[in-house]
Amino acid sequence: MENKKYIEIDNRKVEIEDERNILELARKANIDIPTFCYHSELSIYGACRLCMVEIEGRGLTTSCSTKPEPGMKIKTNTRQLREIRKTIIELILANHDKNCPTCQKNQSCKLQDLARRFDIDEISFKQTEKDEPKDESSHALIRDPNKCILCGDCVRMCNEIQGIGALDFAYRGAKVQVLPAFGHDISDVDCVNCGQCARVCPTGAIVPKKEIDEVWEKIDEDKMVVAQIAPAVRVSLGEYFGKEPGEVSTGQIVSALKMLGVDKVYDTSFTADLTVLEEGAEFLERLETDQNLPQFSSCCPGWVKFAEQYFPELLDNISSCKSPQQMFGSLAKKILPEKNNIEEEDLSVISIMPCTAKKYEAKREELKDEIDNVITTQELGLMIEQAGIDFNSLEPESLDMPFGFKTGGGVIFGSSGGVSEAVLRYVSEKVTGKKSDSYEYRETRGEEGIREVTVNLDGKEINMAIVYGLANAKKVAKDVLNDKCKYDFIEVMACPGGCIGGAGQPVSYDLETIKRRGESLYQIDKSLHLHKPQDNPYITECYDDVLDEIGSKRAHELLHTKYYNKQRISKEGLELIKQSKDKKIEIGVCVGTNCYVKGSQELLRRIMQYIQKKGYSDIVDAQATFCFENCSQAPVVRIGDELINGCTFDKAMNVLEEKIKNI
Amino acid sequence: MAKESLKMLHFEKICEILNDYDYRPDKLIPILREIQEEYRYLPEEVMTFVASSLDISPARVFGVATFFEHFKLSPRGKYVIKICDGTACHVKGSMNLYNTIKEKIGLGDEEETTDDLLFTLETVSCLGACGLAPVMVINDKVYGQLTPEKTEKIIEDIIKKEKDGEEE
Amino acid sequence: MCIDFDKIKNDFSSKEKNIQKRIIICAGTGCVANGSLEVYEEFVKILEDKNMDVVVDLHKENDENKKGYHVSKSGCQGFCQMGPLVAIEPEGILYVKIKPEDVKDIVEKTIKNNEIINEYLYTDPKTEKFCETKEEIPFYREQKRYVLKECGVIDPSDIKEYIYRGGYESAKKVYTEYSPKEVCEEISRAGLRGRGGGGFPTGKKWEFTRVKESKKKYIICNGDEGDPGAFMDRSIMEGNPHSVIEGMMIAAKAVGADKGYIYVRTEYPLAVKRIKKAIKDAEEMNILGDNIFGTDESYHLEVMEGAGAFVCGEETALMSSIEGKRGMPMPKPPYPADKGLWEKPTVINNVETLATVPLIIRDGSTEFKKIGTENSPGTKVFALTGNVPNTGLIEVPFGTTIREIIYDIGGGVLNKDGKIDNDSFKAVQIGGPSGGCLTEEELDIEMDFDKLVDIGAMVGSGGLVVIGKNTCIVQVAQFFMQFTQNESCGKCVPCREGTKQLLALLNEIIDGKGNAETLDELERLSKVITNSSLCGLGKTAPSPVLSTLKNFRAEYEAHVIQDKCIAGECEALLTPEIDPEKCRGCTLCSKVCPVDAIEGEPKKVHTIDEEKCIKCGSCAEKCNFEAIKGV
Repeated sequence: MENKKYIEIDNRKVEIEDERNILELARKANIDIPTFCYHSELSIYGACRLCMVEIEGRGLTTSCSTKPEPGMKIKTNTRQLREIRKTIIELILANHDKNCPTCQKNQSCKLQDLARRFDIDEISFKQTEKDEPKDESSHALIRDPNKCILCGDCVRMCNEIQGIGALDFAYRGAKVQVLPAFGHDISDVDCVNCGQCARVCPTGAIVPKKEIDEVWEKIDEDKMVVAQIAPAVRVSLGEYFGKEPGEVSTGQIVSALKMLGVDKVYDTSFTADLTVLEEGAEFLERLETDQNLPQFSSCCPGWVKFAEQYFPELLDNISSCKSPQQMFGSLAKKILPEKNNIEEEDLSVISIMPCTAKKYEAKREELKDEIDNVITTQELGLMIEQAGIDFNSLEPESLDMPFGFKTGGGVIFGSSGGVSEAVLRYVSEKVTGKKSDSYEYRETRGEEGIREVTVNLDGKEINMAIVYGLANAKKVAKDVLNDKCKYDFIEVMACPGGCIGGAGQPVSYDLETIKRRGESLYQIDKSLHLHKPQDNPYITECYDDVLDEIGSKRAHELLHTKYYNKQRISKEGLELIKQSKDKKIEIGVCVGTNCYVKGSQELLRRIMQYIQKKGYSDIVDAQATFCFENCSQAPVVRIGDELINGCTFDKAMNVLEEKIKNI
Repeated sequence: MAKESLKMLHFEKICEILNDYDYRPDKLIPILREIQEEYRYLPEEVMTFVASSLDISPARVFGVATFFEHFKLSPRGKYVIKICDGTACHVKGSMNLYNTIKEKIGLGDEEETTDDLLFTLETVSCLGACGLAPVMVINDKVYGQLTPEKTEKIIEDIIKKEKDGEEE
Repeated sequence: MCIDFDKIKNDFSSKEKNIQKRIIICAGTGCVANGSLEVYEEFVKILEDKNMDVVVDLHKENDENKKGYHVSKSGCQGFCQMGPLVAIEPEGILYVKIKPEDVKDIVEKTIKNNEIINEYLYTDPKTEKFCETKEEIPFYREQKRYVLKECGVIDPSDIKEYIYRGGYESAKKVYTEYSPKEVCEEISRAGLRGRGGGGFPTGKKWEFTRVKESKKKYIICNGDEGDPGAFMDRSIMEGNPHSVIEGMMIAAKAVGADKGYIYVRTEYPLAVKRIKKAIKDAEEMNILGDNIFGTDESYHLEVMEGAGAFVCGEETALMSSIEGKRGMPMPKPPYPADKGLWEKPTVINNVETLATVPLIIRDGSTEFKKIGTENSPGTKVFALTGNVPNTGLIEVPFGTTIREIIYDIGGGVLNKDGKIDNDSFKAVQIGGPSGGCLTEEELDIEMDFDKLVDIGAMVGSGGLVVIGKNTCIVQVAQFFMQFTQNESCGKCVPCREGTKQLLALLNEIIDGKGNAETLDELERLSKVITNSSLCGLGKTAPSPVLSTLKNFRAEYEAHVIQDKCIAGECEALLTPEIDPEKCRGCTLCSKVCPVDAIEGEPKKVHTIDEEKCIKCGSCAEKCNFEAIKGV
């Protein structure tokens, strides 16, 4: 007997498998029901009302929120439904900044596309859009509230997938807006610049910030311009020019960049190889000394900022390695000027990344000046278009040496699990002391957001977790803190699927696209000559020439960095005793999350009591402040100019009395 | 001095409130309500503090605070005047009362609170005292069956009372 | 442990026997606003001054032997307009509009000497007769107070009085004698339908939830009454809070829930206070809590104060806000019976529905079905307001016509001068922002859930606003649209953007800028909003527009075609004119007119040329005699 269940959509029989709603099922039947607010990776929201369908006997309902039941008869395209859809699109357009030609999302905008599909030639409603200022404060993103259609995709992405909630709805009714906390600039809040909000935004309300003009300027300036291409770019730029997702176009990218005026084109995979050696050695050392384990990867700048904000106590666990992008910058600025006989300021290093957070990373205080500009895959596509280059007809060219040479290990960095696999390729030989022919660790590959992998290396078990999505990272990090897991190595990537799902990639709302880009990276790995980073001869040369040994002092100077606790929201302290000018001593008690948990609130209360009791109110100012960014030493109290870590009441009183005596 | 210790108590009070609700994020609304009772509005710093204490994002706290009419993000006047604009009151001319008061206390357009923080004027959807329409509430006291003249007198009395209080 | 209701009742009645007279002062919000608490204080003070035994709290030990006068506060007695109300038992005398200075007189004459004081009695305006008791007052006489029966009589803060009058007997009965299924069946048989809006059968709702397998289930009482012009839930929560708690307990038994929330509007502080006290008292008596009536069942209640959002009356939005989120509705399915609060099966009932439940168990479904109509058994509480002499809270059986309510209970229709003039009736708005406006022709329909829906209105939460001829129907629609627009949560496009556009269209009409197409556009957009909005608030948001368009099309057309507002309310559509009675012929207006539209000789009445006038308003501004209208 047949167990299959069927549903009827637009007079056609469609089998129900495990689709979570009618909308997905219709897609399977090759009917694209319009929607703004449905994403298979996010929770069901039901706000745009475009995906309504008619179910016989039940009437109109949204297909995103209705489970298919056997025997349902569904119509997706009736006169009434068309009228509803048209009206909704018109209503949205009446409250939308319609300067399409100057919009970054022009031609990849869902609203624009649906307006075309539904043949909206006139908007019969009153224009109600307001002129709100754009938020251009971030290095990575631009938020334009005038283009927001309030579908909530970004809100759910940031909250559900990334576990941050930097954006949320504020206000109500006609005044509703999507805003960072308290309406602050996005750069002043807990945003980690991953740009996933922009990836799912159907319009131009949140878009990656462009640096194209700066790059043109550098090219025009008669400087030496070198570019690095991140692994994920080569398997996605083709999409921009109409090719299938995953089609590899490394050679064309090189040709195009040369035509644009870039002098040398290198590969970020080269420094990814380098990262593997540095990070792998660091890992081996930690394994040996059993210190700062598990080791977290540090390639993803979104994750790094996330950890700095939420898990200050884990900062020592994060690999101190710079990301491949920054290693490249650091190395390029060190080596290339001399090699090419130019001054350092005459060299410009640009990177082409799938990522918006890389723009932020390049501007971090500790890393700045290593990379001059970061452009995304999309921006590169646009530059190629600007130059009028017919990308698809280009003859491929090879990358420049030495930084253009890589092993497969450096290429798979672009996919979630790639870093772990590459590290294993290095670590396994180090642990076992044997060269082996095999190089694949297929257990590291997969689509799940949290994957656990245990590898046995000659009796030595290594437990790894491979994580993408920062909400998943939060979960794993909490488990680590609560001793609920036994990992040795944890790879974290902020974006779904890893860098291939980055927000700088060509616009695609389909998760299948990301999957295919990933498969391509592993194909490239296969087709390459070498697979293990330690086998890269140019890396060896690099160590010989500049870096000394793996993990050496020199290597640390150039290739490693430091992390700092970050406040989630920048602002001033909360004043508890009114400030007056003649106060001599100021006390600040940190009540940030970490200190708070460690009892800083009780501490503050006792200090306040003490001040009152002793009658010090006139000379002592006490404040609850939000963060001294020294969270691992919580609770932290500042008395005058002295910062007391791990402060207790007695300690604080001793210092205070001392200070008062000295007045 | 009195003012200073008051501020300190407030901060303690927030921790007390959070404690009372066991730091449960689902209790955000009652927590904010109690905090507002302390401060008469929700200062930004306090909301951030609440967010980190409850382990939710500050944007979410802001989102909840701005969704509900009851929560106020700026300091409020000593006297909060709520004019009921429910159906019954509306039909009986509640907006006349609003305009009368607005003029009397010298509020500009788009303003809710007077510069001296004496009055806050707002409308509410229904106070459920329709039998007495039109109605207004000043702090907790309900005034019913009002006319613009009666209303003006009530406001004048308050202003006078405040002035006398100052002189004493 | 089982509570001994009989002992409580005996105690209460022996104490009550000592009471010579009971003076009940209405302490509903309306009467409090009119100073009833001062009246209460005055009674206590004067009785004390006169050394008459005053009993304030029946259960206070040292009051026990007093053979005195019980002064108590009650919940809303309904006749808010006549407040403060003072009822004197056992005679059942009702004094209206009592001020503190009247108290002395009442004590001297009525309390001491049983003398009735006519000037404090209600006078029936039709017969001009004094009404001594509630029963003689048409406002009360024509009602059937079933759910509200004890409101306004009992002391809402005294759980013992509630028990004395048979309270918690129904709960005890279902906990000790019924199976959950039997409770659902009994309520289904009674045909009880939800009083909060759509009229969904309560028994069915419970049954859906009962059959769901889950360790945790919830009952939520929806007291987030937010319709402008409705306050029945507030009255019940203030006047008889235990009836709501008892209803919730029965619901809990029926579905197998052990936790409940009472969601109360924050604008109702008194209701919050009373409900909280009632829960505390019920817990202390072991009525609520664990091992209810000696069974192994538990039920715990928590009060959640809303924070001011009308949309939280929608059940999924209400649940979101209990979960500490923005009160934005979620798509249904899943229905609350399936995945409600914290994704657990949940029943949400409105206050009035829950307060009806103990009465059904007490009287039995057969008796209950005798009240009301076949499809809508029972009574419904309405908040009667607008242009009628008697406004207030009323309760009638389903099947009553609106005409009976307006003319018999409400006492007729008031014209703009406040005089009874039944010709000045224009419409009655029923069901608040989700309801519609009915005309003269529809006044004789025997009201029930289905019949109202048939004519494009709904019971809604039960606001009834009588609208006179002097009110412009477009402005009525605009008022409700403004309300929905303010209260829309902003989540779904049709409601957020659509109501904004509807409001703009209505404003166009009011500003005299509409045309025939505006009406078509209103209709077209209204239908899309109705069909495509996410929640009930959005789906019914256009109802005031659609029902007025249907019933008062001529008035709309007058606005857009003849440029006239029949009611004379829309300023932009007024004809400019100078009142000959007021004009002194000072000539100021003709001098200031920029288009020379005003003519007239000094000291003589001036006139405006309608054709020339551009309605700039300069003349009216200059006029010292308020003689110029319509500019």
